[in-house]
Amino acid sequence: MKRFRFGLLGLNIVILAALAACSSAPTKEQSGAAVEDRKPGGPPTVVDRPPVVPVDPATTRPLSPDQIGSAALRDPKNILSKRSIFFDYDSNLVKDEYKPIVAAHARYLQQNGGTKMRVEGNADDRGSREYNLALGQRRADAVRQMMQLLGAKPDQVETVSFGEEKPRCNEAAESCWSQNRRGDIVYQGE
Amino acid sequence: MTFVERARSFGAVLGLLIAASGVFFAPSALAALTIEIIGTGAKQIPVAIVPFRAEDGLSQKVTPVIGADLVRSGVIKLVDAGGLNPPPYEPQDVNYGTWRSRGADAIVIGSVAPRSDGRYDVQFRLMDAQKQVQLAGFAYTASAAQLRLTAHKIADVVYEKLTGDPGVFSTRIVYVVKQGRRFDLQVADADGFGAQTVLGSNEPIISPSWSPDGSRIAYVSFEQKKPVVYVQSLLTGARRPVANFWGSNSAPSWSPDGSRLAVVLSKDGGSQIYLVGADGGEAVRLTRSSSIDTEPNFSPDGKSILFTSDRGGSPQIYRMPASGGQPERVTFEGSYNVSPRHSPDGKAFTFIQRSGSRFNVATQDFATRQVQVLTDGALDESPTFAPNGRMVLYATEVRGRGILSAVSSDGRVKQRLVSDAGDVREPAWGPLLKQ
Repeated sequence: MKRFRFGLLGLNIVILAALAACSSAPTKEQSGAAVEDRKPGGPPTVVDRPPVVPVDPATTRPLSPDQIGSAALRDPKNILSKRSIFFDYDSNLVKDEYKPIVAAHARYLQQNGGTKMRVEGNADDRGSREYNLALGQRRADAVRQMMQLLGAKPDQVETVSFGEEKPRCNEAAESCWSQNRRGDIVYQGE
Repeated sequence: MTFVERARSFGAVLGLLIAASGVFFAPSALAALTIEIIGTGAKQIPVAIVPFRAEDGLSQKVTPVIGADLVRSGVIKLVDAGGLNPPPYEPQDVNYGTWRSRGADAIVIGSVAPRSDGRYDVQFRLMDAQKQVQLAGFAYTASAAQLRLTAHKIADVVYEKLTGDPGVFSTRIVYVVKQGRRFDLQVADADGFGAQTVLGSNEPIISPSWSPDGSRIAYVSFEQKKPVVYVQSLLTGARRPVANFWGSNSAPSWSPDGSRLAVVLSKDGGSQIYLVGADGGEAVRLTRSSSIDTEPNFSPDGKSILFTSDRGGSPQIYRMPASGGQPERVTFEGSYNVSPRHSPDGKAFTFIQRSGSRFNVATQDFATRQVQVLTDGALDESPTFAPNGRMVLYATEVRGRGILSAVSSDGRVKQRLVSDAGDVREPAWGPLLKQ
């Protein structure tokens, strides 16, 4: 976990270090958030990294551990920012091209045991709304099952379905339907 | 009950309903649905409806509503009732020969009289033109706001006397209107008038279901960013989640005694059918499969439940005891049969059948297994029987817009309820109100 955070979140850690430097009395949240090998209440650790853009303390606020983690989840260059798994018609099979995404999120959950997410299943709009809700549920369940196999705990992933109610695309064409047959990953608090 | 007793108890029910709608319902921002009739029954009963005495000055005339109701049924046609001076208002005024020569089998006469308390006394009689006898006669006391419902009640009596089936013109329907990002759960008269929004939301609402006494509606709302089943009182507006378990909660169906709901939960994995109390509480699991089991619907006698399952490889309709137990498959034609709902007499069910790329309303008789496809739209959904079993209301699409349509259970008469705004979907036809 620690190494993972350094690798992905070095930027934030440095920002926090800078924050800590600006503050004579860093909050517990700050000190506990950024750094490894820390006893609760211990001093902030300055991380030796290249300099970063200074942060204006006036625009910053204390971050909880989850919020710090979510920076990686939002970083467009990080695979964790990829949140949608698309499915074939009438299928809940996670295709090979999406397995790395599921695996990355499973690893993140494993490394952040207190983190929870929802997988929201979706379906295209042909046929019964309730049956489509169940098809979306099955897709969400398939994603969850794969995450569990890769180390996520059962209570970290809630699966729900929006069925056909939250389409990304509203045309009656396969190019559109294929965008609506998906599972979306949403972390708690997002 | 005598006529008078029935009329009195009807007045009580009427008062309750109007109070509820006036106090607790938000007025609808959307225009009323209007009806287009397509096709008629093979045999139509000719009826003359004479404008009631003193209804001319009313803001809500009574006889035009009665006439529109009866015509909408497809089994009654109107005979010209004009040109008589004076028109008949009482039985002794009726010249039966005149009506027979106009081709009428029955004549509706009546009057509206203002009362000192601001309400109206409305009375009507249905006369048999051949036998020259009264078939029915009722008196009502109604406020101005109740005149439309009074007209529906009169149409119900006329329809029942002439066809033998209960009239459903005074019943109500519920449906969802989507306009932009907004979802409105609306209750309206069966003719689409008087629409009231009972729940507005920026998240989807689906699967409304009437309690057997018509006082509550169960539905699925996504306001908590996941599907949760709520029950809402139409009398008080109070609502509470009754199935809000981990995962998805959906597809509510009332038991006929109103005490429980069959729902679909994913809390134990997959989509499976459970029972919960109408006020919530523990969920008792009814199906145990690794497949999708959804869209439960209680039989009118409460003994069995129809549902959709893909346990055989494709979605088909199954029936099981209401306490759970071994399901039996009941649909065999085609590879996609979903959304079952019982007919009011429990002898048949309506459902959606896919053929090719089209989804259509069909009915199937339990005894004969005879299937009749009733519609020819491309994307028909959510069929629901009228409480007299004579019509099926459903959602369809016309030129990309969601609308409600109704088809007679013999497939001959079709109606569209056209809204001038938004997509209308997810209809459920309410019960007959006990008198």
